[in-house]
Amino acid sequence: MASDEDSDEDFVNYGTPLEPLEEDEPIRKPVPVHEQTVKDEKGRYKRFHGAFTGGFSAGYFNTVGSKEGWTPSTFVSSRQQKAERQNVRPEDFMDEEDFGEHGIAPQEIVTTEDFASERKDQLKDKARAVSSLAALIPGDTGLLEELIAPARSSIGVELLRKMGWKDGQGVGPRLKRKHRKQNTDAAKVYGCALPANGSEESEEDDDEFAPENVTFAPKDVIPVDFTPKVDSHGLGYRGLNPLQALGGGSELGHLNLFTLQSDRTANLFGNRNSRQQRKGGIGGQAFGVGAMEDEDTDIYHKDSMSNYDTVLGGEEPGDGLYGWTAPQQYTRKKDALKRAVAYSGRILDGFTLASEVAEIKTVYPPPDLPRDYRPVHYFRPVVDLSTVSPIVAQALQTSRGHLSQDAPQQGRHSLGSSQRRDMLGETPLQGPSTVFELLDSKDRERLNEIRRAAEERKKPMGNLSSAEDRAAVVASAKAAALRALSSRFQSNAPQPDSHTQSLTSPTKSQASSVTQMALNAWSGPTADASKTFKPFAKNSQKQARYDLYINKLKQGDKDALESSLDSSMTEWERGREREEFVRAALLYKPSNSSLSSRFTRGKHEDDTDSVDVTRDQENDVDDKQAAVKMKMFGKLTRDTFEWHPDKLLCKRFNVPDPYPGSSSVGMPKVKRDKYSVFNFLTITDGSQVSREAQSAPKPPEVSNKKSRWDIPGQVSEPKDPLSAFLSETRSEVSAAQQIEAGTKTQTDSPHASATPEVKVAQSDEQQTEQKTEEEDKEEDEEEEVRPPMDLFKAIFASSSDEKSSSSDEDDSEEEKEVTPPASEPIQSSAETLNPPVSAQITPAPDISKVPDIKQLTVQSMPSAETTSQNTQFSQRAPAKSEGLDEEEFGPRLPPPGFIPSAHSPQLKKQKKKDKEKHKAKKHKKEKKKKKNKKHKHKGKQKKRVEESNSSSDDTDSNSEDEEVVSTSELLQRLKNIRNKR
Amino acid sequence: MAFPQQRPQAPQLPQHLLRTVECQQGAVRAVRFNVDGNYLLTCGSDKSLKLWSVSRGTLLKTYTGHGYEVLDADSSYDNSQLCSCSSDKTVILWDVASGQVTRKLRGHAGKVNCVQFNEEATVMLSGSIDGTVRCWDTRSRRMEPIQILDEARDGISSLKVSEHELLTGSVDGRVRRYDLRMGQLHVDFTGSPITCVCFSRDGQCTLSSSLDSTVRLIDKSSGEMLGEYSGHVNKDYKLDCCLSDKDTHVLSCSEDGHVYFWDLVEGSLTLKLPVGKAVVQSLSFHPTEPRLLTAMEGRVQVWGAEPEDAAVEDT
Repeated sequence: MASDEDSDEDFVNYGTPLEPLEEDEPIRKPVPVHEQTVKDEKGRYKRFHGAFTGGFSAGYFNTVGSKEGWTPSTFVSSRQQKAERQNVRPEDFMDEEDFGEHGIAPQEIVTTEDFASERKDQLKDKARAVSSLAALIPGDTGLLEELIAPARSSIGVELLRKMGWKDGQGVGPRLKRKHRKQNTDAAKVYGCALPANGSEESEEDDDEFAPENVTFAPKDVIPVDFTPKVDSHGLGYRGLNPLQALGGGSELGHLNLFTLQSDRTANLFGNRNSRQQRKGGIGGQAFGVGAMEDEDTDIYHKDSMSNYDTVLGGEEPGDGLYGWTAPQQYTRKKDALKRAVAYSGRILDGFTLASEVAEIKTVYPPPDLPRDYRPVHYFRPVVDLSTVSPIVAQALQTSRGHLSQDAPQQGRHSLGSSQRRDMLGETPLQGPSTVFELLDSKDRERLNEIRRAAEERKKPMGNLSSAEDRAAVVASAKAAALRALSSRFQSNAPQPDSHTQSLTSPTKSQASSVTQMALNAWSGPTADASKTFKPFAKNSQKQARYDLYINKLKQGDKDALESSLDSSMTEWERGREREEFVRAALLYKPSNSSLSSRFTRGKHEDDTDSVDVTRDQENDVDDKQAAVKMKMFGKLTRDTFEWHPDKLLCKRFNVPDPYPGSSSVGMPKVKRDKYSVFNFLTITDGSQVSREAQSAPKPPEVSNKKSRWDIPGQVSEPKDPLSAFLSETRSEVSAAQQIEAGTKTQTDSPHASATPEVKVAQSDEQQTEQKTEEEDKEEDEEEEVRPPMDLFKAIFASSSDEKSSSSDEDDSEEEKEVTPPASEPIQSSAETLNPPVSAQITPAPDISKVPDIKQLTVQSMPSAETTSQNTQFSQRAPAKSEGLDEEEFGPRLPPPGFIPSAHSPQLKKQKKKDKEKHKAKKHKKEKKKKKNKKHKHKGKQKKRVEESNSSSDDTDSNSEDEEVVSTSELLQRLKNIRNKR
Repeated sequence: MAFPQQRPQAPQLPQHLLRTVECQQGAVRAVRFNVDGNYLLTCGSDKSLKLWSVSRGTLLKTYTGHGYEVLDADSSYDNSQLCSCSSDKTVILWDVASGQVTRKLRGHAGKVNCVQFNEEATVMLSGSIDGTVRCWDTRSRRMEPIQILDEARDGISSLKVSEHELLTGSVDGRVRRYDLRMGQLHVDFTGSPITCVCFSRDGQCTLSSSLDSTVRLIDKSSGEMLGEYSGHVNKDYKLDCCLSDKDTHVLSCSEDGHVYFWDLVEGSLTLKLPVGKAVVQSLSFHPTEPRLLTAMEGRVQVWGAEPEDAAVEDT
């Protein structure tokens, strides 16, 4: 930047001036060049380049270096190539921007308009052919496009071309003259090119080399006009034409402001070629030699005085313009004028020939109008006689003033839907084909009458031409339609009164009103039954019954419903069907059906009345049970289902997807009607469950039997109000339902085993079950941590319990046989033979109907629970750690045993147990009594354990076999006791 | 001096106690060999999972992170990962070396009884008391299972994975075999709650133990029973069964403190190995050698075919 002081120097300031420095302020470091930023109009950063072309972002931070530094291109001596032309083109000084789409020298090759239409592009042709298939006019390839294509040249030029004129030629007869030199080596013009200067300077061609027999087209000329001098320049001074200067359009070496004719004529022949090599850019004295210029030949051109005539008269230059003082162009124009304006007549005195030929405007007469032309346009509706009522059609036709009888046969658009359907061979749509079928028969008759009347009126008259007649017909049609509609509503209103019949039973009064409504809806003449909607299409028998019912309704049968139902069905089923039929009849009553038949059914029925059920159901479990008992494993016990693994799972397992097409995962599902036979299973199952619960206590051996579902540490308090209530209600419900269930099981299909309803029932049962468990658990919580048996033994060793000694003995006997934990004297014998599961299944004689083992096991839970609640006090295993097993389903985890402290060996504990096994029985009973005290002793427990451990140390060396047996005995006993209590 | 061998060598049974490992983690719910049998995993009721060296009986690492007792564990084929399941309804994927929880997967509605890696440890399969088997992706960070197999009507007690098959035993008394390659599910009805299932090493048979104190060997393809083994006690508890390394014997835990060995073909009781007085809760057979792990209460015992004096001294 320039310093402000020396203002005499004419600097141009860029950017914002720096703030004046204050005295005490430290001098800020100037922003380095590479950190100065310039933004373009879009806000992007640009680096200012400066210099050459005024552009930005050239070079490397305004240098010719690169990031790596300044690396000069390798020097190549030009000594050898000195003779050759230096091939520096403007393109060498351009960057990508200049070559870009919007640069000054776009590089993209584009077909110009002139060539585009002449030679057709093959790609475009193909595209057009493809698009023509979908075009308005089939098979049209760009016909429309050519029609619409804008004219590129005026009609005059077109005509001239047709006559053989070519661009750049003059108009007129061909001359026997040398063809003027073409500007073959025309300068390449960048940016906006000036219009060609025409043949300004080529006027004076000598024709000495012209062949004899060759004619040439006349030169194109621009007529000379004398323009008045309005400026204050000297004569002949043109001033600097900026366009010419910047665009470089001038073909002269440099701008010579004083151009004399002699110069120009010299230019035309002399050093023209060399001048032609100048290419654009600003040139001239003031600008020096530009980058684009090859040579600086003429830069110091001076107008010498020798260029001016100093003496009037003198030598003739030889071009016949001696003494001509007007600017040179006028002389030319004068010549040109002679040739161009071929006015042969005399010019009157005081007149000159007009420089511009006045345009003659022809006024054409307006066209003759046709005789029947009416200056109003109205749109005629397309009337299809088959779809519209004849009357309306008639009215429309007459209003048109002429009848187009053959309209429907004409195009595809005039075809009716029914006609198209027939042509395609489709089945007819259900429901009425016209609006008229929706009308009552009476109304239809009325309309027919009107039509007939109209036809009759039309016949004598022939064409209804007068407006009055047409209006009359339309008015009458309207009135008839109104009448028909009103009568329709009136006829419906009194109907209920006339048809209302009171049915005998008061409970049916509401239902009867509904059935009556259905009757009313259907009793009228409507579309025939085949066209009505079939709500029970899935169940053909049911649909048949429904059809019967509908038919009877149509006939006006009052007890259509009762008579159409299947008498062999149960009362309950009939009741259900009755309701369904009435509802369906109301829902799909004729008018609705006609409407609904207009729509197609969805492919996927989103019935809310259905549930997803696994498609494949397991075979009968009873058979399997039997097979297992007979040890006939194999086909009887095996079920194979289709199962779809997830795609990702297959991928992870490196296994090809077995069902590549399917998107489902898991077992294939099917929809099942909610109101199917399976529905009743929920009720039946509930009854079965409760029956189970009830029948379970009946055989004594089951009552106390411990189910594996039992919660091991469950304490069922007799005072537990909720469970007691539950058990009571269960027994009540079961009693009530037993009769019903008995009848229903007969209707049930035997294979109705694994349905979702069953699962629901089970889960419900489990929920209530869990609820009771939780209740129990709450009770349990206090007693979860129990001291081991030996603690109680130590405390209550002296006191002997009397009541249960006999059962204890039983227990011990059984334990030696390693019997199942749930042992009752009566059952024990049987149980040793049977596996526990079969024992569980045996209790109820009718239990063989129970389809699912799971159901059984689930059901056995509440039974075991409820029965045990009053009598049992189930006791925790002494060695149980803090309530780990509070919820146990299926096989339990074994007791963890004693967690040995760091210093006490674990084996000791076992020996101790062994020793104590006989005494343990007694403690258990005592524990029951003293359970409230347990908490107090909890703290002492550990100490006692260790004591006993140390005391039993000496038994370590006992034979292992004995020990094992005794331990198991002990375990068994503990379990048994727990079960009993 | 080369004598031809008179008869094929009788299969060696692991009947000699090599060492006893006191795990110090409450009851050992499950004991498992790793893939090559050099290490063992113990699942404790004190919420910890421990990794031990079999040969030395030393504790290598303790994995803590479960909220309740650990019920089952498995190690990946490359020993880089462990998975474990617990009563806290979660499945945890562990990094072996760091002992950190790689992923903790929640989704089961009840305690998770069993867990297994697939062959390439890309999927963890866990069976729960809620009756579902969930397939967890170890590759992605998705917390949802790839697929949930809810065909069982009761809790899943045991689960094994082979190359392209998944074997589950359920309390509803059915052994289900999901064949991924065929896209089929085979259900074998047993009638009694299944406690443990496993494949035979040749992959042709399945072994299932149930609460009717019976172990059944079932032909995989037809579902026919090839053998039935009984004599042990298994009525209440979830006990393990397995086959020996050469498929010669069937082993099962028993509630009477023994491990029962049956000859696979004859079905006769070969050996009744006394382990202790309490319930033998879990066992695991070495993949290649006649070596057995048993878990009883808080300790794990390693059994070998030949007595190893040094090992006894160790304990």
